[in-house]
Amino acid sequence: MASPAVSDAAPVSHETAVSHEAPATAAAAAAAADYQRVSTIEAALVARKAVSRGALIGYLPVGFPDLATSIEAAVALAENGVDIIELGLPYSDPVMDGPVIQKATLAALAGGFRLSQGFEAMAAITARVDIPVVFMSYWNPVVQYGVERFATDLAAAGGAGMITPDLIPDEAAAWMAASDRAGLDRIFLAAPSSTDARLSNAVSTSRGFVYAVSTMGITGARADVDAAAQGLVARLRTAGATSTCVGVGISSAEQVREVLSYADGAIVGSVLVKALAEGGVAAVAATAAELATGTKL
Amino acid sequence: MALRDELGPYFGEYGGRFVPESLIEALDELEAAYTAAKTDPEFQAELAGLHASYTGRPSLITEVKRFSEHAGGARVLLKREDLNHTGSHKINNVLGQAIIARRLGKTRLIAETGAGQHGVATATAAALFGMECVVYMGQVDTERQSLNVARMRLLGAEVIPVTTGSRTLKDAINEALRDWVANVENTHYLLGTVAGPHPFPVMVRDFHRIIGEEARAQVLALTGKLPDAVAACVGGGSNAMGIFHAFLDDPDVALFGYEAAGDGADTPRHAATITKGRPGVLHGARSYLLQDEDGQTVESHSISAGLDYPGVGPEHSWLADIGRVNYLPITDDQAMNALRLLSRTEGIIPAIETAHALAGVIELGKKLGPDAVILVNLSGRGDKDMVTAGNYFGVLDTDAAQL
Repeated sequence: MASPAVSDAAPVSHETAVSHEAPATAAAAAAAADYQRVSTIEAALVARKAVSRGALIGYLPVGFPDLATSIEAAVALAENGVDIIELGLPYSDPVMDGPVIQKATLAALAGGFRLSQGFEAMAAITARVDIPVVFMSYWNPVVQYGVERFATDLAAAGGAGMITPDLIPDEAAAWMAASDRAGLDRIFLAAPSSTDARLSNAVSTSRGFVYAVSTMGITGARADVDAAAQGLVARLRTAGATSTCVGVGISSAEQVREVLSYADGAIVGSVLVKALAEGGVAAVAATAAELATGTKL
Repeated sequence: MALRDELGPYFGEYGGRFVPESLIEALDELEAAYTAAKTDPEFQAELAGLHASYTGRPSLITEVKRFSEHAGGARVLLKREDLNHTGSHKINNVLGQAIIARRLGKTRLIAETGAGQHGVATATAAALFGMECVVYMGQVDTERQSLNVARMRLLGAEVIPVTTGSRTLKDAINEALRDWVANVENTHYLLGTVAGPHPFPVMVRDFHRIIGEEARAQVLALTGKLPDAVAACVGGGSNAMGIFHAFLDDPDVALFGYEAAGDGADTPRHAATITKGRPGVLHGARSYLLQDEDGQTVESHSISAGLDYPGVGPEHSWLADIGRVNYLPITDDQAMNALRLLSRTEGIIPAIETAHALAGVIELGKKLGPDAVILVNLSGRGDKDMVTAGNYFGVLDTDAAQL
């Protein structure tokens, strides 16, 4: 086993990229919004492209099967070829998730998961890995925590940004302002059914990458990655996307390889969660390492 | 602007579209089809024809004098949506959406249901229109409303018991949304209440507006004036929006929405969303919501499956904030006593959901006194609730049942 995977490009430090101080005036806020920082995620994606087919993005929920194990499992992803970690915050009504992830996140909630533990986990993981880590959160927990406070605490915990499965750019004014101020990436979804105008909007409002939903459906392993994914990525590139990662339905190294022949990253979730549920951290490590073979040139 | 003119997607700070991007195209398509239908005489004629020959509209107004004696002597008028085909107001919305779904070329209808009334109405429309139908229903509800499960299956629908989460209406909506995300190309999600992402809150409201429009004219004809108060039960809030809407800009008409308080609004077991909740995002819209500090949805409790929902339609949240509608909690016991009272004084067995409004009117009538006229939306009939009511009052004859 190689030493813990270190991203080929050193991630840009949040501390040097942007101030965490809340802007005192509207003018200062506007100035902060205009600040063009280098996305740590985009940098990681570019670096992977230089030496491999593209990036492997691994999803695991916080607090499953318990907080400590979920942290170890996330670290194991980084040590076994995963390039970006997507850390899911358990939510009571996860409409974008299939049975495997539902079961895990509802178990985490039944086990007493609190939102504050999401930030604890983020800090513990980012202290031990050199790759970008983002949250994946449904919108209501962010609203209840306070959008500004959420962005501040996510950045303070070393997080690189957030994927928002049920927040479309049209409803995201508060998150756009908060993520600009805190220097966080924001990753919106694009679907095969999205119009060209909506794809353009997803590209211009996202930072880090655009999450291309491979198929019309919810998360979960599928035998074939939908041909719609390739068409969607092509349309996103036409719309100006520089980084596009494909998720939903990807569960094997072969599928990772296939997706990376046209996209910048492949996002894998359910198969990792299933490995964790059935075989613990060791199984997650083995599954991640196997999936990562799909990124080799 | 008149309160009646609200078109969404926002009602004040409520409403919107908080759904996965995969659904946006379908929502845009639905909004366009609905907007076109509103001014399309052919659509309006087809829906009116169905209401006249199939639903049984206009529904009656019934004055309930013996019941009124228990409500401070106020004059109580029932808008009889229980007499509609399929037994509740739900058919008004279902027929409207089914015609739109057919216009969009959809061949499959999916729906969530709590008490089963919306599921039955949707299964009915699917049978009438020759469409495939799948109804998601929480497992807890399939057990307490088993008669409606049988009705839906008899009508040719597939009923899928939902076993995740609280296994009630909230989780049935989650499953229906997941189905829709995956099958949106040939499937219309026939949402049954004034909640969910735009355009559902306005569209469902508009299909139920006929309740209030008919009732307003009927009360005027009967009494020569507008009612002093209009009352309805509120779960998601479709029957309430339907009867309130015609009166929103009549400042002298007080509006009352009665929420399910389960064991009591001050206990942990209730579904009194506006009374006890705070704003948040659930099922595609911003609205009042029963939730914990972290924004996790809290499970609701009510003896009535149709009101057992931790959310509420966004227009209700707005009407509560601006003070146009008063939302008050009614416990299981109050509702069940009102159900028995209407049955014994008038020979009308209401649905347990509807009984919440009747319980509210008993208290309201005492406050307003004998000069007041109170219009109540009798949103559904109680046939489906006989097992629950039988157990509650101990009137099931178990020996006879074994014969």
